[in-house]
Amino acid sequence: MIRAWLTQHGFVFFLTLKRLISTPVTSLLSIIVMGIALSLPAGIYVLMQNLQVISGQTADSPQISLFLKLDMTQDSIEKVNQRLEENPQIQTIQFIPKDVALQQLQQSAGLTDITASLMRNPLPDAFVIHTLENSTEALEQLRTVIQSWPEIEHVQFDSVWIERLNALLDLARFAVLMLATLLSIAIIAIMFNTIRLQILTKRDEIEISKLIGATDSFIQRPFLYFGAIQGLAGGATAWLIMALAIRTLNEELVALAQLYRIDLQLQHLSSADSISLLFFSAWLGWLGARISVASHLWQIEPK
Amino acid sequence: MITFKNVSKRYPDGYVALNNVDLTVESGEMVFLTGHSGAGKSTLLKLIAAIERPTSGTITISGQNIAQLKPAAIPYMRRKIGFIFQDHKLLFDRSVFDNVLLPLQISNFDNNTVAARVRAALDKVGLLKKEKSMPVALSGGERQRLCIARAVVHRPAILIADEPTGNLDVEYARDIMTMFTSFNQVGVTVLIATHDASLLEDTQHRILSLKQGKLAA
Ligand SMILES: Nc1ncnc2c1ncn2[C@@H]1O[C@H](COP(=O)(O)OP(=O)(O)OP(=O)(O)O)[C@@H](O)[C@H]1O
Ligand SMILES: [Mg+2]
Repeated sequence: MIRAWLTQHGFVFFLTLKRLISTPVTSLLSIIVMGIALSLPAGIYVLMQNLQVISGQTADSPQISLFLKLDMTQDSIEKVNQRLEENPQIQTIQFIPKDVALQQLQQSAGLTDITASLMRNPLPDAFVIHTLENSTEALEQLRTVIQSWPEIEHVQFDSVWIERLNALLDLARFAVLMLATLLSIAIIAIMFNTIRLQILTKRDEIEISKLIGATDSFIQRPFLYFGAIQGLAGGATAWLIMALAIRTLNEELVALAQLYRIDLQLQHLSSADSISLLFFSAWLGWLGARISVASHLWQIEPK
Repeated sequence: MITFKNVSKRYPDGYVALNNVDLTVESGEMVFLTGHSGAGKSTLLKLIAAIERPTSGTITISGQNIAQLKPAAIPYMRRKIGFIFQDHKLLFDRSVFDNVLLPLQISNFDNNTVAARVRAALDKVGLLKKEKSMPVALSGGERQRLCIARAVVHRPAILIADEPTGNLDVEYARDIMTMFTSFNQVGVTVLIATHDASLLEDTQHRILSLKQGKLAA
């Protein structure tokens, strides 16, 4: 029973492949159109993922840097530390002496050449603190307090640009969703029409099959397979288009990265996301075929 | 096995093709249905396979009321019947072999036995050597035999033939009649519609005669 079921589905699968290959130009064109349509939202999604990785490299809770005035004594540093420890809003306190800051600067960002040429350390001592709360008002209040201390030169929120980036990413996410919805509808419409034409050309076959005892699901099956397989091929095409685009972009980025001595390479979709893309595109094709079959097959009644 | 009770069929354009038909065909019987062109022979046969629905009356096959069958049950009922259509209904883009294969694919037969079954059916009608040909390359008589092979390949209990010898010369027609007789001899209920009087001359089987949609006594 299960074997018969399997052989039947296997048979339909190969029949569908044969149909796809029997009209190579049409099939290829539809697959490419679907691939391009899918690669637009998926491509933006990939860019977003990459931006998020960059922004995710910094800490989650808001980080504030306190730069002390130059040439502070150990005593005044202690005083600041004490005041910070007394503040219940502050979670962690880290002191970064100016020598350490200079070393860090030398190691990172490829500024070795510049720092080596400096006569003396231009950096101030600094504290890096993490707060418990991260509401903007609480942070502003804290900043005003700290800024009023005589030892403090400057207070800086390190998370501001992250917040802006996150806001941008939210906007991009919304754009992806909208684009994906619109293009999904377009793909369903393309598949609807493809299957409609197929049903028209297979009219005789459908009618005769019904006459000799074919169930509706038997008749529908090849069309649904066709939709799913073509959808899958469209998804795979989208994936390849993106892979190609990412490779090209990365080649450009290599030059840019060398200029700034930073590591900047775009990553393709994760394997989980890739599989989701393929499943989703196969599902879209199937759905378009399903709607088309439902609205056209019943019109063919044997006489 | 097949019974009609007060069956009438009025087509949507108002034409009454069958008028109060009563008949019974026993299991294992072979029956001829005759009548002038337009008498309603095809209509009657189509009602049995639920290709057309009766306007009134009841049709039963093995006790099952065809008129009350749910649409989803119709395919399974049709698989019990082998139907030879007046207009053949062959698939011209498939080989002889694949045409005969279709009923087996539809009924979900095991892949290991289908090829043997198809060849056995083709052998019975003498088309084994033509299994790779396309239907366009067959003569009228060969096409007719292809229809027969397709109708019997899934070994139905009932065989219905609508004008199976139309346009064939007498010798060919006799060949085909011999085939039907041999199917009947192995227990298949056979129902043949024909206006070919020469077929009916020396038959011992029952003959039903339709005249303008009514069954003559
Ligand atoms: N779908 C239809 N719509 C309207 N009228 C129809 C339809 N099918 C058949 N008829 C009419 O019903 C009558 C009986 O038709 P049917 O095909 O049953 O005759 P028949 O006995 O098989 O004739 P023949 O020997 O020519 O095949 C004919 O007058 C035909 O015009
Ligand atoms: Mg007829």
